[in-house]
Amino acid sequence: MEALLSNVDWSEIGWASWDTLVMVGMSLLFSVLIGLPIGVLLFLTGKRQLLEQPVAYAVLSFVVNVLRSVPFIILLIVMIPFTVMLIGTSLGVAGAIPPLVAGGAPFFARLVETSLREVDRGIIEATQAMGANVRQIIFGALLPEALPGIIAGITVTAITLVSYAAMSGVIGGGGLGDLAIRFGYQRFQTDVMVITVALLVIFVQVLQMVGDRLVLYFSRK
Amino acid sequence: MIVFDQVQKSYQVGGRAIPALHPTDMTIETGEVFGIVGHSGAGKSTLVRLINLLEPPTGGRILIDDEDITGYNPAQLRAFRRKVGMIFQHFNLLSSKTVADNIAFPMKLAGIYSRTEIRERVEELLARVSLTDHANKYPSQLSGGQKQRVGIARALACRPTILLCDEATSALDPQTTQSVLKLLADINRELGLTIVLITHEMDVVRRVCDRVAVMDAGRVVEMGPVSEVFLHPQHPTTRDFVFESESIDHQELQEDLQKANGRILRLTFKGESTYQPLLGSVARKSGVDFSILSGRIDHIKDTPYGQLTLSLVGGDLDVAMQEFEAADVHVEVLR
Repeated sequence: MEALLSNVDWSEIGWASWDTLVMVGMSLLFSVLIGLPIGVLLFLTGKRQLLEQPVAYAVLSFVVNVLRSVPFIILLIVMIPFTVMLIGTSLGVAGAIPPLVAGGAPFFARLVETSLREVDRGIIEATQAMGANVRQIIFGALLPEALPGIIAGITVTAITLVSYAAMSGVIGGGGLGDLAIRFGYQRFQTDVMVITVALLVIFVQVLQMVGDRLVLYFSRK
Repeated sequence: MIVFDQVQKSYQVGGRAIPALHPTDMTIETGEVFGIVGHSGAGKSTLVRLINLLEPPTGGRILIDDEDITGYNPAQLRAFRRKVGMIFQHFNLLSSKTVADNIAFPMKLAGIYSRTEIRERVEELLARVSLTDHANKYPSQLSGGQKQRVGIARALACRPTILLCDEATSALDPQTTQSVLKLLADINRELGLTIVLITHEMDVVRRVCDRVAVMDAGRVVEMGPVSEVFLHPQHPTTRDFVFESESIDHQELQEDLQKANGRILRLTFKGESTYQPLLGSVARKSGVDFSILSGRIDHIKDTPYGQLTLSLVGGDLDVAMQEFEAADVHVEVLR
């Protein structure tokens, strides 16, 4: 057993796991903070919706699509100058967060738009008939009704961010991905690779489980 | 009082204006139950949504208590809508809120009620619709009839003066429909609020409405007191609805009449005359023999009525007719 995992430095693994948690946590937080309003705007400005605005919708939708169609590995590299400008470095945990948000926020925005569209139009109509203004319709009816869908969206986004975060190891992003590349790949330490992959799998499983529980808890249908 | 003055509505579809409601004049009195009946696509759904401007009209004026609501700014419109409750075919309750929170929702939106006021009002409304025990349940845990009762309680929360019912019983079974209609009738009587009800079932109109408008292809084709429209329908669409509700097959009826002898009359009794033992006494006085071809006794809202189709043989027909008319029975000669 000792020989089998001879290359594994457990304290290194511990720190890398912590870094991954921080990267996913922070980028998820910002992805939700930025993606949620964009998703709501996408929904509201869409065809036959409350604030129908074909031009605004087209522009917003285009930006989201562009960010989503760039492969994440390319986005990581393209974002480097911007990241340096924003936080002073493109390396480490902090340097990985801006590209992660650039990848996560538009992804989450689309998921929000989709789950808002799932809300029965009749509920919007009923709320309007009660004399609600647009803000009240959004916060009183739309978001609470779409909450299970939005939570499911957060779960999917979090899991995507786990894999993105691992990818950011390529440009020196830190975390488990960085470990896998530096030791597992470049130094042929297969045991390190196996451990990091196993940890990522566990991480994703836990996220999915927690997400599913929350969706179930908030579903009243 | 709700007054439609040349109100019209059309939709732009691919650059063309498709009329949903042709210019319409209509008056709905305060405190009455006004039914709008029509097939799907006849424009009744549009018409009811014009009253709270969920659909803005493309022409004409809508006066509510002498105020033209089509000129309202958004804030005025929102304030006005609080005074107009609405219930829906598919209830449109918020699935994420409990029964009590659904009922409290319009009051919270209004932003002018205190927590205590809201709590007391919700309790009062829950009692009115007999759902006190279900206050903390979610809509998905309720039956259709219970959901609609929540819908009604929610619509009444801000003490509206008008209640709009959009096919409110169409998704309910006959028994539940009965109880919901009874609740609506009670509300109308006790609170004196005006109810505008759209439906495709003449039976619903017969049970609760005072007056009715019949719609066909975006036009009101017949309008009047329910007893008038129901017992003496003029327009073909109205006749279809009445026959449908009485489950009369028009063709079958004609065939039956063909086989009968003598004169054929349709008698319509209304109110007290429904209970008079009239046929026997008329037969004795005129010497006419009757055969009943079809008949029905029922209620229009609270008024009993009967309709009989008879064939008459022998005796003095004129005396019989005079007797019927003297007894306040409407006589229609079919053959």
